[in-house]
Amino acid sequence: MRYLPTSDPIRQRMLADVGLTSIDELFSHIPEYCRLQRPLNIPKGQAEADIIRFFRAAAAENAPGFTSFVGAGAYHHFRPTHLDTLISRGEWFTAYTPYQPEISQGTLQSIFEFQTMICQLTGQEVANAGMYDGSTALHEACMMAARVTGRSGMVVARSIHPQYREVLRTLTRYRDFPTAEIGFGADGRIDVDALRAAVNASTAAVAVQSPNFFGNLEDWEQAAEIAHSAGALLIAVITDPVSLGLLPPPEAADIVAMELQGFGIPVGFGGPYAGIIASREKFVRSLPGRLVGEARDSQGRRGFVLTLSTREQHIRREKATSNICTNQALCALMASIFMATYGKQGLRELAEHNLAKAAYAASAFAASGAEVLFPSPRFHEFVVRPKRPLAASKSALRKAKLIAGLPLQGYYPELGESVLVCVTETISREDIDRLVAAL
Amino acid sequence: MSYPANFRFTPEHEWVATDGAQAKVGITDYAQKQLGDIVFVELPAVGTELVAGQAFGTVESVKAVSEIFAPVSGTVSAINSTLVQSPELLNSDPHGAAWMVEVKVTGKANDKLMDAAAYEKFVAEEEANH
Amino acid sequence: MTSPTPRASRHIVQNEDLLFEVSSPGKRGYQLPALDVPAVTLAGARREIPDFPEVSELEVIRHFTRLSTWNYGVDTGIYPLGSCTMKYNARVNEAVTRLEGLGDGHPLQPEELSQGALRIMQLLSEYLLEITGMDAITLQPAAGAQGELTGILLVRAALTARGDARKKVLIPDSAHGTNPATAAIAGYTVENLKSNPDGTVDMASLDRQMTRDVAALMLTNPNTLGIFEEDIHRIADLVHERGGMLYMDGANMNALVGRSRPGDFGVDVMHLNLHKTFSTPHGGGGPGSGPVAVKKSLEPYLPIPVLRVKRGKPVLDYRRPKSIGRVRAFYGNFGMFTRALAYIMANGSDGLKQTTEDAVLNANYIRRKLQDVFALPYPTPSMHEVVFSDSIQAAQGVHTGDIAKRLIDYGFHPYTVSFPLVVRGAMMIEPTESANQAEMDEFIAALRAIAEESKNTPELVTGAPHTTKISRLDEVAAARNPILRWRPNKSDAAQS
Repeated sequence: MRYLPTSDPIRQRMLADVGLTSIDELFSHIPEYCRLQRPLNIPKGQAEADIIRFFRAAAAENAPGFTSFVGAGAYHHFRPTHLDTLISRGEWFTAYTPYQPEISQGTLQSIFEFQTMICQLTGQEVANAGMYDGSTALHEACMMAARVTGRSGMVVARSIHPQYREVLRTLTRYRDFPTAEIGFGADGRIDVDALRAAVNASTAAVAVQSPNFFGNLEDWEQAAEIAHSAGALLIAVITDPVSLGLLPPPEAADIVAMELQGFGIPVGFGGPYAGIIASREKFVRSLPGRLVGEARDSQGRRGFVLTLSTREQHIRREKATSNICTNQALCALMASIFMATYGKQGLRELAEHNLAKAAYAASAFAASGAEVLFPSPRFHEFVVRPKRPLAASKSALRKAKLIAGLPLQGYYPELGESVLVCVTETISREDIDRLVAAL
Repeated sequence: MSYPANFRFTPEHEWVATDGAQAKVGITDYAQKQLGDIVFVELPAVGTELVAGQAFGTVESVKAVSEIFAPVSGTVSAINSTLVQSPELLNSDPHGAAWMVEVKVTGKANDKLMDAAAYEKFVAEEEANH
Repeated sequence: MTSPTPRASRHIVQNEDLLFEVSSPGKRGYQLPALDVPAVTLAGARREIPDFPEVSELEVIRHFTRLSTWNYGVDTGIYPLGSCTMKYNARVNEAVTRLEGLGDGHPLQPEELSQGALRIMQLLSEYLLEITGMDAITLQPAAGAQGELTGILLVRAALTARGDARKKVLIPDSAHGTNPATAAIAGYTVENLKSNPDGTVDMASLDRQMTRDVAALMLTNPNTLGIFEEDIHRIADLVHERGGMLYMDGANMNALVGRSRPGDFGVDVMHLNLHKTFSTPHGGGGPGSGPVAVKKSLEPYLPIPVLRVKRGKPVLDYRRPKSIGRVRAFYGNFGMFTRALAYIMANGSDGLKQTTEDAVLNANYIRRKLQDVFALPYPTPSMHEVVFSDSIQAAQGVHTGDIAKRLIDYGFHPYTVSFPLVVRGAMMIEPTESANQAEMDEFIAALRAIAEESKNTPELVTGAPHTTKISRLDEVAAARNPILRWRPNKSDAAQS
């Protein structure tokens, strides 16, 4: 097997060195009934060419070359070519967690830079080195709010991504975290009166997403005021970090739970992605996940090191702030390179392009006679009720190699046959026009 | 460092110095040596009820966290904010300036409390077992 | 100082400041295509991002290239971290993951247009079930710890359904920290199970502690000392007899694949670490992937959606009334599925078994060549990893952390320091199958030399490393006054 850096003669010599004649002797202490006495029922090892052929065939069945208008928590943004070139360096992608700082300064410095850029973008004071994704980041943020306030009630907007809310429900189901969901109004935004009524002295956190699942912008300041008036924390949920190039950052929030995928992480059929938690310095000891800090060696040279490790599972065990160990370091690195590449001006321009494309698409739909719901300000997603039933458009869309967007009826039955359309900078005016015509 | 005669000690290496109905609580020199350089001390708020034998705070070094267990039952009447600002005090003066909380004693003390001589012997045995 | 062995050499490695220190207003590294729709302004747009970097594309390339040269990867050399399984990350895995249709597939696109991705998930699921000997599987958990949480939630759901949720989980004191942290999140209290002197489960303790209040025993097999639980059948029987379930942490599967299957020795639920046993890259700390495999009795509770095959086609089944729900958005770390599947296909049944055998042989080779200079806490046979202790060297004031740092001067990445906690001064070494004999001999020679240094010139070891860009950092100061982000200088004074 080509990955194994040895040969049978070498194996024999090594066995002899260990005082054995057969490899079976190294497994003989395993009780008989535990030993597999037959080969695994898996085909024998294949050549690289055959493996590639298999995957090419699978890829061909996965709508290659289609133009997709689906967003809903995973966003197609152009990935600069050098992202993959850089992260494919073996020193990045085959390295381990930087527990030994003297031999991992590359990883540690890049995480320190990443933490800084996230703070700058979100208007928060401290950011961790990543969580699994936005959905689990929301759960972690809620748990952090519970620790900080000593309360257990959660108030969660229904306009937060449905799968994020499902995750929160699943991960809290065996602990006592009473959770209230607040609906949205005719403008697609959170029902402020209902929110005010639901927040009380047992509320640990209010969670609001902006842009919300329908693409509309929520008012961070107002949500913060409501939360703080009851002594609760505001958790700001963000599903596309590209939005922060243009939208006001959630400075009024106490905790930001953000999905990082839009920053150069491939959409890749759902993962791996990366999430972050950003918050105030005063809450840092309640923050889950890894943190990198600046330090000096005995000669005064600056270096970086994992710090405040006592919050984490490998030390605090059952009292840890989270059970997270492996996070999403390589994805966070992609995001760092993306952020560095676009930079201060580029992120703004990128967000402006997204805003413009979606605005054009929304008005094109409206002009064509379809109904565009929720007319309040939005970023790059909006909800459309097409002129004809979705089933009727299906073959036209397939032929045109277009994926129209996400049908919402399953998630929000009250919206009837409606579609969540996302338009990013990767989509041409031509394709928008073709979609409007086909739907 | 010798152990003050008026202190009493728990098997978890806390000390308590009682003065009538008030008591001061901290951790011992042996404990701080085991922990190494202290980076953070977490203390309860004034007014918190302590129960003898139950954890009421934590002490952190870079690589370890240890809980602090109450030697007596009572109400926290003061906390040492100097210690919270400068956790390294615990390494230099664990029996004096690095006291942790003052307690208004209400209930029974931990019945496993040792006097200075007994604690020294206890520590010597622990060291031998390492 | 001169290099101690041929493996370590000195040469110029570039220094590199922080991005913000390289940044300069007006530099740019991007160009967007011209906007083909009317521009739109947003009322209330943000102010510019304060102090965010502005650098050119070339500066991005140099920055991240230079930083990478300060790291060490599996590509660089033997990476003996215990229980991490730092094995070769094959490049074909990267290529297939990036194929158009897979790399850019959207998880919420219609199922009929996702048949390729679903077929990949289906095939991987089948292979993992064959490898583990279990009945059903979910690929959804994002990493090992999430897999553990999912597994314990499944246990809790099943026990709750039969009216007997129970309150505790038993965890051996040799276990990885994620185990107790996980149990707590699932709403269970943790009870520590004391190990035998050799690190295996003490049957007498288990008999005492396995009560009708215990939902599950979380075991790692082989355990974190690299030792196989020879009593595993008695352990499983006892747990089952008392109405509990046996959870296995699959982190050490690199010792078992093709040779032994957890499903055959009584495990009810387990997780796998694709980033360990199945070669998906460690990436500096992730991403990982932690599929959870279960016996039939737990199948109804699996997270949604469950991948099933209907009339020969893979479908996502959401009609699962007993499911625990979702543990994360979408289907899991799909990019890790493609890589793990490619790994399994490249190895095949023959290669997988050979891999396991080489991994175990390598660990025993290192054990044999070092056991006369380092203390072996337990005489029990090692599998894919060996744990020494620093007790001999500690007499000279040299500890496992020092020896690990001195290894860096010899050109190697350290082994795992001070874990598992049951061994004082632990030195945990897992060479994996990806270490060739020549390099292992150099590694062994380095450790033998360090053992000598510990006797004769211990300062060389306690002050190590001496040849790196920076030496030991003041981690105490970093924890007392954490500086967790860069800030611009307000004056010429040093950054606070």
